[in-house]
Amino acid sequence: MARRNRGPRLFRRPQSGVLAIVTTASAPLLRAEGIELSFGGVAALKSVSLDVQPGGITALIGPNGAGKTSLFNVISGFHKADAGRLIFDGTDFTNLATHKRAALGMARTFQNISLFPGMTVLDNIKLGAHTHLKTGVLAAGLFWGPARREETELRAQIEREIIDFLEIDHIRKTPVSMLPYGLQKRVELGRALAMRPKLLLLDEPVAGMNREETEDMARFILDLQEEWGVTVLLVEHDMSMVMDISDHVVVLNFGEKIAEGPPQEMQENPAVIEAYLGAAQDAA
Amino acid sequence: MLIGDYKATYAADEAIFRSWPVRYGFAAMVAGLVLLPFAANSFIVFLATQVAIYTVAITGLNILTGYTGLISLGHGALVGVGAYATAILANWLGVPFWVVIPMAVAVTAGVGLMFGLPSLRIRGLYLTIATLAASFIIVFVIEHWGSVTNGDSGITLAPASVFGIDLVSDPQKYALIVPIAVLAVLFAQNLFRTRIGRAFIAIRDSDYSAEIIGVGLTRYKLLAFGLGSAYAGLAGSLWAYNFLALLPTQFELQLSIIFLAALVVGGSARTLGPVFGAVFVILIPEMLKWVFGFLTPFNPTIVEYTAPANTIAYGLLIIVFMIFEPMGLAAIWTRIWRYINLWPFSP
Ligand SMILES: Nc1ncnc2c1ncn2[C@@H]1O[C@H](COP(=O)(O)OP(=O)(O)O)[C@@H](O)[C@H]1O
Ligand SMILES: [Mg+2]
Repeated sequence: MARRNRGPRLFRRPQSGVLAIVTTASAPLLRAEGIELSFGGVAALKSVSLDVQPGGITALIGPNGAGKTSLFNVISGFHKADAGRLIFDGTDFTNLATHKRAALGMARTFQNISLFPGMTVLDNIKLGAHTHLKTGVLAAGLFWGPARREETELRAQIEREIIDFLEIDHIRKTPVSMLPYGLQKRVELGRALAMRPKLLLLDEPVAGMNREETEDMARFILDLQEEWGVTVLLVEHDMSMVMDISDHVVVLNFGEKIAEGPPQEMQENPAVIEAYLGAAQDAA
Repeated sequence: MLIGDYKATYAADEAIFRSWPVRYGFAAMVAGLVLLPFAANSFIVFLATQVAIYTVAITGLNILTGYTGLISLGHGALVGVGAYATAILANWLGVPFWVVIPMAVAVTAGVGLMFGLPSLRIRGLYLTIATLAASFIIVFVIEHWGSVTNGDSGITLAPASVFGIDLVSDPQKYALIVPIAVLAVLFAQNLFRTRIGRAFIAIRDSDYSAEIIGVGLTRYKLLAFGLGSAYAGLAGSLWAYNFLALLPTQFELQLSIIFLAALVVGGSARTLGPVFGAVFVILIPEMLKWVFGFLTPFNPTIVEYTAPANTIAYGLLIIVFMIFEPMGLAAIWTRIWRYINLWPFSP
């Protein structure tokens, strides 16, 4: 696999083209306005606002416990915000039921992988396409014409677009519980892709991965954005990856947004450096 | 023999009988089922019919508990609902069995849905307790709603009749019940080749992720209850036409526990699990009867212990399987099958 052996910086994004899209003042694909969330008195999010521009890769960074995952959970509907508004592609979905948010065109992966362990890789990915399928109970049980056709087409599409793309053809029939961590993360991305999302929320997609796996994942994310036109919002701790692939960075600290802007600027922003240094000193 | 199994097309790879051993295996099984009434004595045919009825019931429990992860202790009572609905509707309306059976299935699915409503608010052990309550309520109603169910004295019905022939002998009833059971198992197997079945498993494995990918929990949990109960209703209907007389006590908690035991021993979330489980729970009492019959000359009072011995045997076997083969007989079968497929090369 020749593509694997790339130097550490080869997944750097091209500096032209895509950036231009982001700098134009188009309507955001996702907008969160004044999100508040507390867990029994502990404020996890304090009036956080965030815009995700279509076509770009936005990174959400901040020290551990800053509230990044909590914000994802509010967006995907696991937590209900105490205050604030959520808008996707012009639609207010603040009060939309969790399972209906998939149909809007949002998909996510989890910091601690949340696959369906009893199923194979293929079935996990097929589940991502759930909202795009129509087969009802009777057609399913009889497995007649339309049901059969739908399943066959789904399989062909997944093979063509996802299994090939993520280079997981060798494990398609393996139960996910038997896969190593790095591959599970990749399968989880595959399941999210099968949802054919407009926006992909990735919570620490390379956490716990080795260098090579990290590079593969970064390449997948870049390809997704460039070839599939998917907008990405990602939480990441690997700073070199954030600097390399994102075109907009939002920084959270103690549940508050402390800065946002292009990656280079954030790297030099005193408040950001302070937050990370503070966190490092606390940990030490 | 068959090494690897690579398919030229995705359609072939998704097929229900993926390889020739499976195809021939299924054909051989069907041939065996057709020939059985001609080759075996009436008692064996009777047992086989009972296995078929239990298979349908346990397949329903498999959908609900095995695949969707909602443990039910009310399944036996729902089979009772199906059986009683069959007897009552047949007596009242005097319509043929093929009209009565779908009606009884619908009634049972409705009752099951009603008792499935708590699953929207509670889960795990609490839900199981709610189904336990459902079991008691259903049996209580059957026992005390005398004007309709005939209460403790039980109820009878006329045999199913095909082209004017009453199905009363064991081979006749076998000929009605076994094909329906085979179709019911195939229907369930097909469900799990599509989005419906995958959504059930998703809920079992991680209900939160299931919601994120767009599976509505309310809808699918109720669907699982509805389908599981429809299978219970079908099993009850076939039960009614097999025995032609029913007692409320037949559908008490004991039956639900036997179904759960069969599912664990046979292999849950496997298509063949309920089949193996049914064979198993039907044969255990027969084998014990045989053993006790053998021992009676030595100790005439031992017969009194037949019933508790059954219960103890079930309990012990559940424990043994949970410890040594949690995937059940179906997993053992898969290993044997793989060995046959790879023969003469050792796997
Ligand atoms: N389910 C929860 N219950 C209580 N507190 C929580 C819960 N989830 C997160 N928190 C708290 O909210 C804060 C933000 O956590 P989180 O969003 O996971 O941070 P991050 O993802 O940025 O590391 C932390 O103080 C955490 O302890
Ligand atoms: Mg987190």
